[in-house]
Amino acid sequence: MTEPVAQPEDRRLTVFLVDDHAMFRAGVRAELGVHVEVVGEASTVSEAISRIAAVQPDVVLLDVHMPDGGGRAVLESVRRSHPQVKFLALSVSDAAEDVIGLIRAGARGYVTKTISPDELAAAVKRVADGDAVFSPRLAGFVLDAFASRPDVPVADPELDQLTNREREVLRLLARGYAYKEIAKELFISIKTVETHVSNVLRKLQMSNRYELSRWAADRRLV
Amino acid sequence: MTTAAPPQPRRLYRPRDHRIVAGVAVGLARHLGLPVLAVRIALVVLLGFNALGLLLYAAFWAVLPQEARDDEEPTRRDFAALMPFAAIGLGVVLLQALVFDDQVATTAGWMIAVIAVGAGVIWHQSDPSRRDQGADNNIAAAPWFAAFVSENDRRSFVFRFIGGGILVAVGIIGVIAVYAPTESLSAVFNGVIFAFVGLLGVGVVVAPLVWRTFGQLRAEREGRIREQERAELAAMIHDQVLHTLALIQRNSADIKEVQRLARGQERSLRNWLYRPTGSPTERFAAALEQAAAEVEDTYAITVETVVVGDTQSDERVMALVAAAREALVNAARHAGVQTVSLYAEVEEDELSVFVRDRGAGFELGGVAETRHGVRGSIIGRMQRHGGRAEIRSAPGDGTEVRLMLPVYESVTAGKEQAR
Repeated sequence: MTEPVAQPEDRRLTVFLVDDHAMFRAGVRAELGVHVEVVGEASTVSEAISRIAAVQPDVVLLDVHMPDGGGRAVLESVRRSHPQVKFLALSVSDAAEDVIGLIRAGARGYVTKTISPDELAAAVKRVADGDAVFSPRLAGFVLDAFASRPDVPVADPELDQLTNREREVLRLLARGYAYKEIAKELFISIKTVETHVSNVLRKLQMSNRYELSRWAADRRLV
Repeated sequence: MTTAAPPQPRRLYRPRDHRIVAGVAVGLARHLGLPVLAVRIALVVLLGFNALGLLLYAAFWAVLPQEARDDEEPTRRDFAALMPFAAIGLGVVLLQALVFDDQVATTAGWMIAVIAVGAGVIWHQSDPSRRDQGADNNIAAAPWFAAFVSENDRRSFVFRFIGGGILVAVGIIGVIAVYAPTESLSAVFNGVIFAFVGLLGVGVVVAPLVWRTFGQLRAEREGRIREQERAELAAMIHDQVLHTLALIQRNSADIKEVQRLARGQERSLRNWLYRPTGSPTERFAAALEQAAAEVEDTYAITVETVVVGDTQSDERVMALVAAAREALVNAARHAGVQTVSLYAEVEEDELSVFVRDRGAGFELGGVAETRHGVRGSIIGRMQRHGGRAEIRSAPGDGTEVRLMLPVYESVTAGKEQAR
């Protein structure tokens, strides 16, 4: 890999950290500092909203569980005023409600805090480029949410159903394949894989509330 | 709550100026923001209804404090103020006795009872200084009492005072009307209605008290429940988290052991927080997760488990789980990686499990005939139960074990196995 300094036009990505644990912020800052530029931190929802608006970073790493509203409140507030800021949820929780909730609010990806530093840096870059980042677990949740239930009436089938290809891509993601490996397995280009994943994300944000809430209720019962 | 000088609401009082008899009409008019004349006319008109105007005037006279002079302490209420009221009430009763001969004793009894209760309640409610005094006396003994009796909202105070007063008065009229000498069915009917109105009056006055009592009880119960949950959480943290942390401190040199402890603790906390799972002997997903947990603990690796859907467990499903466990163990022992992916999906016609690592990999043809791990525990086991297993591996590219088990109806499943 080339040195970032060698290419002046290759501006370093700016990243903002939102987490109520100072220790964790310090750790992430140390790990990510090599790859991207950490331009700010916030520990509360209100602080995050005002600072993000002032700094306007490329990517916000967002904790899900915080006092007074959590990551979702930050996301909804900032997205209204600064739609170009991208969000990557970084949480210790991998509960289905949290993951789906954040994605539906508009996060471009969701990774758990056990992720390795290199993977986290790669995920930040991918989100900044406009792609979606799916952890295997998230892919599993999505498959679960869109599990074929032909009896459920769907308002807009075009929008709410996953195509077979998208389903295939998600399955491979859930099986632990990288984008590159998925492309090889399905004989398509990496760009196509990314497109499929982005489409899934879009459908997830727009899919009808009824189905997802029902699914969440089912899930808690099981 | 603060006892330091609450903002004084616009009190209802009898002014010393502009008054004709006792200042009741002026006071009411100022308080309600109506012209004095309108209030006086209303009182006079109400006089026509069994002397209601008179009764109301007397009640307010008795109940309302007189306006304080500039340098004077606010006047303490004393029972002498009730005298005009008692006198007028007596007058009305006597008038009743003159006009309607019979049942005067009953009428008077009813009147006095209702007036005493109604006026007493209204009087108590309408005097903030008195209430606060009571609260202060009781506040040390029972702090909740302060919240119980304090009611500084002026609007609800006015509503209760006037609404309650009117309803009690109407109730009195009803009693009088019913005991007037018209012995007909309608009289009984009227009696019921007016009794109801009287009750409503008392209800309006008392409702906030009752409501606050309920709120108090509810808050207390919620507090108890919270306390119980906290105790349960504290017990769990003590039994598990603190012990694990202690073990980690004692084994801090042994990184593998620390990781194993931390992982096990994380898993158990997660299950406790998010996932009330079924029993591993009955559910497919729970069985797989248990197998993954065992491998994590034994070999100090991380198994990224994703299960989509769930199903009832039976002998064949358990065989699938056992094969998956074997695949995980192989990956943990031979691949030389920290993370292994386990993905399982339940479809209508098939159960599938994928175990993937990015480790060393191996040449499938190069496995010696004498090694039974793969051949016997994975491929052979799947075949015996009507499923199939595929292994894809290349040196340096990791390994993926694919396990597929078709779903049969139970009858067909029996045939399959008998075959």
